[in-house]
Amino acid sequence: MRQIAIYGKGGIGKSTTTQNLTAGLGEMGKQVMIVGCDPKADSTRLVLGGLAQKSVLDTLREEGEEIELENIMKSGVFGIRCVESGGPEPGVGCAGRGIITSINMLESLGAYTEDLDYVFYDVLGDVVCGGFAMPIREGKAQEIYIVASGELMALYAANNISKGILKFANSGGCRLGGIICNSRKVDGERELLEAFADELGSQLIYFVPRDNLVQRAEINKKTVIEFAPDEPQAEAYRGLAKAISENKMFVVPKPMDQDRLEELMMKYGFLGL
Amino acid sequence: MKDHLSRIVDKYPANIFKNRKEHIVLVDHDSENPQTITANTRTIPGIITSRGCCYAGCKGVVIGPIKDAITITHGPIGCGYYSWATRRNKARLEEGETDNYLNYCFSTDLQEGDIVFGGEKKLKRAIKEVVEIFHPQNIMICSTCPVGLIGDDINAVAAWAEQEFHIKVLAFSCEGYKGVTQSAGHHIANNGLIKNVVGTGNTVTGKYSVNLLGEYNIGGDSWEIERVLTRIGYEVVSVMTGNGSIAKIKNAHLANLNLVQCYRSINYIAEMIQTKYGTDWLKVNFIGVQSCIESLRDMARYFDDPVLIARTEEVIAEELDEIMPVINHYQPLCVGKTAALFVGGSRALHYQYLFQDLGMETVLAGFEFAHRDDYEGSEVIPFIKEDADSKNIETLHLEPDEKHYRLVLSREKYETLKKQIPLNYFGGMIKVMKNNSVVIDDINHYEIDEFLKLLKPDIFCAGIKEKYQIHKSGVFSKQLHSYDYTGPYAGFKGAAAFARDIALGLTAPVWNMIRPPWKTEPMLEGSLIKEVI
Repeated sequence: MRQIAIYGKGGIGKSTTTQNLTAGLGEMGKQVMIVGCDPKADSTRLVLGGLAQKSVLDTLREEGEEIELENIMKSGVFGIRCVESGGPEPGVGCAGRGIITSINMLESLGAYTEDLDYVFYDVLGDVVCGGFAMPIREGKAQEIYIVASGELMALYAANNISKGILKFANSGGCRLGGIICNSRKVDGERELLEAFADELGSQLIYFVPRDNLVQRAEINKKTVIEFAPDEPQAEAYRGLAKAISENKMFVVPKPMDQDRLEELMMKYGFLGL
Repeated sequence: MKDHLSRIVDKYPANIFKNRKEHIVLVDHDSENPQTITANTRTIPGIITSRGCCYAGCKGVVIGPIKDAITITHGPIGCGYYSWATRRNKARLEEGETDNYLNYCFSTDLQEGDIVFGGEKKLKRAIKEVVEIFHPQNIMICSTCPVGLIGDDINAVAAWAEQEFHIKVLAFSCEGYKGVTQSAGHHIANNGLIKNVVGTGNTVTGKYSVNLLGEYNIGGDSWEIERVLTRIGYEVVSVMTGNGSIAKIKNAHLANLNLVQCYRSINYIAEMIQTKYGTDWLKVNFIGVQSCIESLRDMARYFDDPVLIARTEEVIAEELDEIMPVINHYQPLCVGKTAALFVGGSRALHYQYLFQDLGMETVLAGFEFAHRDDYEGSEVIPFIKEDADSKNIETLHLEPDEKHYRLVLSREKYETLKKQIPLNYFGGMIKVMKNNSVVIDDINHYEIDEFLKLLKPDIFCAGIKEKYQIHKSGVFSKQLHSYDYTGPYAGFKGAAAFARDIALGLTAPVWNMIRPPWKTEPMLEGSLIKEVI
């Protein structure tokens, strides 16, 4: 079983990318589980066809001790199993603690069955506190992919996340598997991300082109592969799935300082300015 | 002695040695400059300190003893449970009073789900529940560590509850991790009482009206002090906070003099009342026969009424008649023995006087949560460097109250009197200790062991954290946070009770039985039959 965590700046497309990628893996016949680690509980909407998913924490709160795996895990397209950790509404409580509680609960309920090929953790935004690092510590996700684009803030977040990975690489044993570019059609995007990944000691594992088809599929509550299986964008996600399934490059990242990051931006990102 | 001291701290690694040696002073009144000590700084991680937390200072010390308020500990159950009645602050209903919740323990008992989803809803439910069951006039909310981390807005909940139930609800953000000791909690509690309680009452007070500040009625101390004060003719407007009530504390601004017993935990209120209402404060010590007499005489001198002065002497004489036979009975068992004290921010000073009455010398004394002025006196305050930890606790800046500000003494009289009695002044501990005695701030487990070996005191008074460590060394220990199971020790009758308890403890044969027989005698007996080789 490969346990994989997907991190990246808020709004970069982690959930969209994760679900389209897992659809690709599912289509290949792999057994996949997605664990949504976002209090908004919207990480599995496309796979489940918009089916309202009851989160682990909501169930825990309402049902108390009566909690069963079937209450919180639903199967979606290509048999992908979906779990939402859930959490408090914005501004109250502790979402980080919620993720810890929820992952522990999944373990004790036996959600991690032997037949699983992949478990994906779709983690909210930046690593803001200990709770959000839960999926990469205590021997859970060993592989991490960062979703980024050619925008400075996305790279800034990716660099920060690398710092978190560096910290847990020693204690938890997790490794960076690569950067996934979710293209924003910024100038020199591919070159910039290749240089960025190279600087981290990692790789740009895949470049997902921008296509409005993704938005159309989202409105229809479907992954691209299910919505338009013959379009090039579906092929792109299949490519991403293949790249990840065949990936052999796992490194301890070397995060850079702010100056170096900006230098890279100037060199690749603003060509012709 | 100096060599012995350095041998104790020499065992530390260099950086800890550097830190700890500044917290230990060998008293030398012949030194060129006044001796200084480091205090109120962070404890070194890993050291088994005797200090407490901010919540302990706020809820445990200052807010907890208020009897007509329900204090809800907002957090997981441990903090509320272990601060339930453990300080033995006593309270009982007096004439006209209806509310005494001191025997109860209230907590929101936060669980994992409450931490994840926020604890405010549960706090609201808890308030609603106590209102429905007990109908209190006042509720206090004290928050513990996790509440600070998840950011529950207890002030907003308090405001909601005041509107909803038309009662007084105060919120204290006294999360345990704030500050370097419980001292931060005292300050937070003081601020809350000044902002929301003192000055809200209007009961008319008499000429010889006083507040007793920093007296927590442990084992009934406050009752004994109040008994003597009332006999003389003083009116005790409020006690903060032993057997205290919001109903009385709200009138505190109308008293004519503030008596400060435990300076560290309540000096902020004394100072703030002085700034806002003009009331002077007098440092008193009702622990010890001689110090009791002196404090009563200082009070009489403040009000300067021949009748009051005469009555003071009359009461002193009568009280002495009653207790001196008891003290004289026990004193021979105590005389010549030595004591060590590590407690509080005032008690380690106050009890030196009581030991002196019994003919005992204090060879080591230290405070858990004191600041430099508690050791060196008020005069050092302008020279104390504020650090990030102390700046982190709010300091209120008050203006004189337009309606109630008044001065009891004329400027001229104040200046004269200030030279004679500790008026708005606290001398601190170092001055009263003998040459070659040890003053130590924030003592730790290792140092207690070492000083027990070095100084061999006959009694070491401390708290629950140290008591059994000391007993294991075969030395008598008395808890001065709770008086174990007895008291009161304040006032005249308290001194007699203390004499009895100390004499009994010192003469108990148990201290020589610490080494079990099998440590000194062989367990098996045998004889040589023959040599094999």
